[in-house]
Amino acid sequence: MIQHIVLYPIIVQLLLAILLLFSWNSVKIQKYISAGGSIISLLVAIGLMITVWNEGTLTIQAGGWKAPFGITFVADAFAATMVLLTAISGIAVSFFTVGTILKARLKFGFLPVLHFLFLGLNGAFLTGDIFNLYVWFEIIIISSFVLITLGGEKKQIEGAVKYFTLNIFASIIFLTAIAVLYGLTGSLNMADLALKIAALENRGLVEVTAILFLIGFGIKAAIFPLYFWLPASYHTPPPAVSAVFGGLLTKVGVYALIRVFTLIFVGDAFLENIILVLAGFTMVAGALGALAQNNIAKVFSYLIICHIGYMILGLGLYTEAAIAGAIFYIIHDIVVKTNLFMVSGLIYRIKGTYSMRDLGGIYAKYPLLSLLMIVPLFSLVGIPPFSGFWPKLSLITESFKIDNYWLIAALLFGTFITLFVVARIWAEVFWKKGKKIPEIQNFRYFHLLKIEKKIEIIGPIVFLAIISLYIGFGAENIQQLAMRVGEELMNNENYIQAVLGK
Amino acid sequence: MEFLLAILIGLLYASGLYMMLRRSLVKLIIGLILLGNGANLLIFLLGRITKGKPPIIPEESYNFLDAYADPVPQALILTAIVISFGLQSFAIVLIKRAYKVVKTDDLDQMNSTDEFS
Repeated sequence: MIQHIVLYPIIVQLLLAILLLFSWNSVKIQKYISAGGSIISLLVAIGLMITVWNEGTLTIQAGGWKAPFGITFVADAFAATMVLLTAISGIAVSFFTVGTILKARLKFGFLPVLHFLFLGLNGAFLTGDIFNLYVWFEIIIISSFVLITLGGEKKQIEGAVKYFTLNIFASIIFLTAIAVLYGLTGSLNMADLALKIAALENRGLVEVTAILFLIGFGIKAAIFPLYFWLPASYHTPPPAVSAVFGGLLTKVGVYALIRVFTLIFVGDAFLENIILVLAGFTMVAGALGALAQNNIAKVFSYLIICHIGYMILGLGLYTEAAIAGAIFYIIHDIVVKTNLFMVSGLIYRIKGTYSMRDLGGIYAKYPLLSLLMIVPLFSLVGIPPFSGFWPKLSLITESFKIDNYWLIAALLFGTFITLFVVARIWAEVFWKKGKKIPEIQNFRYFHLLKIEKKIEIIGPIVFLAIISLYIGFGAENIQQLAMRVGEELMNNENYIQAVLGK
Repeated sequence: MEFLLAILIGLLYASGLYMMLRRSLVKLIIGLILLGNGANLLIFLLGRITKGKPPIIPEESYNFLDAYADPVPQALILTAIVISFGLQSFAIVLIKRAYKVVKTDDLDQMNSTDEFS
């Protein structure tokens, strides 16, 4: 039964989380289980990717109930890619956590919750049922609430209040949208919904439902008018948590947007225009925000928003090449953003501050480490041949095809500001002469750490840097994958056929 | 029945949003709870209300003889209630914690993470 592999990424993470709960008393055993389990889940994700690549879309019906009556799990190329990316950044974050998170936090169940978060992510990517997607979203947000508040510092609690409110609000809007959708069609299976929505006469109500989904997922993905919770909360938890959040959580929102708007609500010019306008504003607003900040973690938070715009842009353009560009951008962005927040954690470890004004002189002290940290920064801008360049190329070419120069202007503006911000970070943090900062008592500075601790911190950064180098230099392979995903998403008959088996 | 429910749902959404826009943390949570209840009732209403027709096939036949109540919305609401129960209990602990740490329940005072630093 080859299609059982669809469920393995979910089951592995679930078992891991349960095992970790059972070894609550020993942080040391938890560390080994988490590290080993992350490697296993990476292998499983690679296995899933290879199987999907060779066999095409795989589906499995939970409990043997035929679609559309039971819950379906679907692994198409898009879902398999996202699961693989979750596993890659999961392995990096798992090791980075062990190296950087305080023992007090680990003692109160940091690692089990982290794996529950990965469980939710894998579930959200693999499910083919819209209500099941809601449930996975709830698993993700409740784990992320625990991760963001664990430790209970003042800024963490304040950030958590904002993060919490907006995410619950988004969930309620999502639930409302599901209610209207169920009232319209009487179905929850996404493939079945695609057929039923296409056959509906009442287009006005369909558009209202689509807008509800856009708002619900848009808050989670942090698109233009709905992003204010993100820069207020993402810099508050420890860097390992920010790395997961910045790398993966907003991308789940983007994943859901792309899935819903390429499968269920398709071919609506009104919606595509709205998405395009939002994409343009997201890029500009994120870039301007990044320009104004001094705290490097906040700068990266605003850059997340700016780059969410690129992915939404690919969705709004709605051609095969544009969607492929968006997918390529997601692949690049998950790896790079996870790495950037880990880099900010390393900088904090070295200097004890996030403020650009006070930082400086890292290049003089650690030239090799600085060169390592420049890899994600350059990839972020997309200086060719680094990884950010290729998807932007296809997005710009596709924007030219519809003669929308405002979008191209917004895209180039976002990229230019990203370049400026990266140059500023390089100049302020690495290049300029370091000021004397008063030393913090009881703070474990980087140079005081033992060598194995240092490896635990630097290892994941090196790992992700190598992967983003591969994405840049092996762009042909990634582009091939992205093109295939784009092709599958644009021709949703294959997905529907694989699920409903007609 | 449908008409009354529709008005009730509208009231729940409106009062939930109104409460969310207040500055007090407690009112914020109450607003979220009201909104969540509104969404649950919306699922119930949009699943079409059929009175007194449980979805059970009579013993002597093999399929339904007439219209029956759709069981799916009820299952959905049950799931949503359980989830929102968990989230709400977390929320209440969080605001208690926030009140202790920040020493205010005024949302306008909780702006240190937005400040330029």
